Amino acid sequence: MPHLRMTGRGLWITALIVPPLAFVALFIVYPIISAFAYAFFDWQGLRRGDFVGLENFHTVLFVEPYRSWTINAFKNNVIVFFALMVLQNGLGFILAYALWRGLPGARFHRIAVFLPVVLSTIIVAYLFKLFLHPLFGVVNISLRGIGLDWLAQPWLGQGNTAIWSLIAAQAWHMVGFPTLVFLAGMQRIPGEILDAVRMETESEWVKITGIVWPLVAPSATIVFTLLFVGAFNWFELPYIMAGLDGSPFGSTDVLGLYFYRTAFGNVSSGQQDFGLGSALAVLIFLFVAVIASTITVRLRAREIQL
Amino acid sequence: MNNRLIRIGTALAAVLIAAPALAQDLTFWSWRQEDRAAYEQFIDTFEAANPGITVKFETFEAANYNTILATALAGGTGPDVMMVRAYGGLENVAAAGYLEPLTTETVPALAEFSAPALAAESGRADGAIYAVPFASQTQLVIYNKALFDANGIAEPQTWDELVAASQKLKDAGVIPFANGTATAWQNETVTFGLGSSLMGKAFYDELMAGTTDFTDERFTGALAAVAEVAAQYFPDGFIGLDYPSAQQLFSSGMAGMFIGGSYELATFKTQNPDIELGVFAAPGKTAEDAKLVGLYFDGGYAANAAGANKEASLKFLNYLASKEFGQAFADTLSNISTVPGVTFGNPLLAEVNELNQSSIPYLMLAHFRYGEPSGSVLIQGEMQKLFSGQTTPEAIGTTLTEGLAAWYEPFKK
Repeated sequence: MPHLRMTGRGLWITALIVPPLAFVALFIVYPIISAFAYAFFDWQGLRRGDFVGLENFHTVLFVEPYRSWTINAFKNNVIVFFALMVLQNGLGFILAYALWRGLPGARFHRIAVFLPVVLSTIIVAYLFKLFLHPLFGVVNISLRGIGLDWLAQPWLGQGNTAIWSLIAAQAWHMVGFPTLVFLAGMQRIPGEILDAVRMETESEWVKITGIVWPLVAPSATIVFTLLFVGAFNWFELPYIMAGLDGSPFGSTDVLGLYFYRTAFGNVSSGQQDFGLGSALAVLIFLFVAVIASTITVRLRAREIQL
Repeated sequence: MNNRLIRIGTALAAVLIAAPALAQDLTFWSWRQEDRAAYEQFIDTFEAANPGITVKFETFEAANYNTILATALAGGTGPDVMMVRAYGGLENVAAAGYLEPLTTETVPALAEFSAPALAAESGRADGAIYAVPFASQTQLVIYNKALFDANGIAEPQTWDELVAASQKLKDAGVIPFANGTATAWQNETVTFGLGSSLMGKAFYDELMAGTTDFTDERFTGALAAVAEVAAQYFPDGFIGLDYPSAQQLFSSGMAGMFIGGSYELATFKTQNPDIELGVFAAPGKTAEDAKLVGLYFDGGYAANAAGANKEASLKFLNYLASKEFGQAFADTLSNISTVPGVTFGNPLLAEVNELNQSSIPYLMLAHFRYGEPSGSVLIQGEMQKLFSGQTTPEAIGTTLTEGLAAWYEPFKK
């Protein structure tokens, strides 16, 4: 190990590194650690009570009603993850391929597909709420207009349509992001490989499965991991479209809403409990961190370096 | 010589005693940013009558107010005087010992306040009063007078008349009720705004006495009746209709009635200044059944137990409990002040105040929001299920009773 001397250069580097490091420690590391610590105490309102060990974790996982709330929210997150994997990443891949192949109007569509990503979630959520309005929403009016009255539903009020309405809104909002990442990946595929495959076959299917898909693996790693993290930290869109309670009757409840409600309370219905909220936060953090790193490691292994 | 010393000593002592009184700055926290101008005016009145005390009014975001307040109190940087919530929301702050308990000695006017108002601002464990209650809200039916007159409808005296009135509006192409239930808390409002008289005072008393629970037929019957009216006379797809849309439906004159709180009156007037409003308590089965509104209290004014200017704070609280303030509060903010003896110039408020004389507490907020799952969480979700045909009133009764048994002693078997 080289001997470290505080030369002018060393001081210079230290001076540059310390402020951001302190910033990260103060605003990222400290809150995470304190949330971790909060989870081990009993809370009366906002006053910290006794140390209770793993009691809070036990409560949110095994004691009713928290147990069924946790399971319900987690289940919805899983649905959201898989649905978005298909609707957002799957569609994103197809769109990217179509754009990459340079179909007519590709330049226009490249911008059109990415445009919703730039919009703020609040705007998207609000727009979809208007679209899905039972009386004046453009969705129901269009359905009635073409004689499909039976299909006009109170979308956000039914247990079986509410979560899918939210997923559709989210997919519309974000589909441009995986598209862009996949497109960038495809554009990195060297021309020689494509020329070589063209001599073998004309089949698009073989081209996609044999060449493109394996070669955009690094892009897939990125979008899969980000989607996983995003799906399990989902909050803004359901908060705006369905409210803190995961209305109706918890059918749109996700871990993010459930955590917020538990930790900070809900003015119009419930109490707050910092300890249980922190325990939930720690569990969500651990779950997302462990699975996300596993996904990354596993997917990295199948990437091919060009 | 001696005389002189005494004189100087006395003068010094006088200065020392008077000094704090000369400059007492109170901070006063609130979540009512929209009422700032009115509060500044109240404070001016108080300061004019109490020279030497100045009050600084500061507001914080309503949704996170409790969190902000409790954090500040815990850190010792809390205000001298503050607005606090009622019921469970008060207990969050009061149980931690941050609030000065009030008695009829420190705030004599409290002796005249109604018992439910004081109960809303008391701790359940110690029974101590922690705040001067400021306003009550009433859950009832608000109607569009012009639409009622045009269709020859009078305020209904029985449930059947209510249904008939709704049918009349529907036949005339008017949406009878504007309410939607996609916003969770609206389900609770609809249930108790419409169903309180059907449940009846006897049910409430027995529930409180612990001799009945939510499986009681009076309660489940009321839920069934509410759901039936909703299915027939709420807007198409009302289960997907959110709160702001429902308000718009009513204030724009597309719907005849709105089940809601007295706080809606001001909103409707703002949204449509021309609208002529009326209020009534949803009736019971027969005309003889008492017509009950759901009544609750919004919050109160409390003093910091660890505050440096406690004496001045109490003086200010005494002003906030006075009839002078209550009257000004009712006149400026168009709210039902809890101060006894206040009169209402606004005829609608006067009517609401009249209706309040026959009431039961807004049930879940007043008694079942002290633990998880709260009665509000349960009734909101369960009513959404009922409205979309996924449960029955009887099943709701069982779910409520069993769910609340997790923390509500009388339901524990």
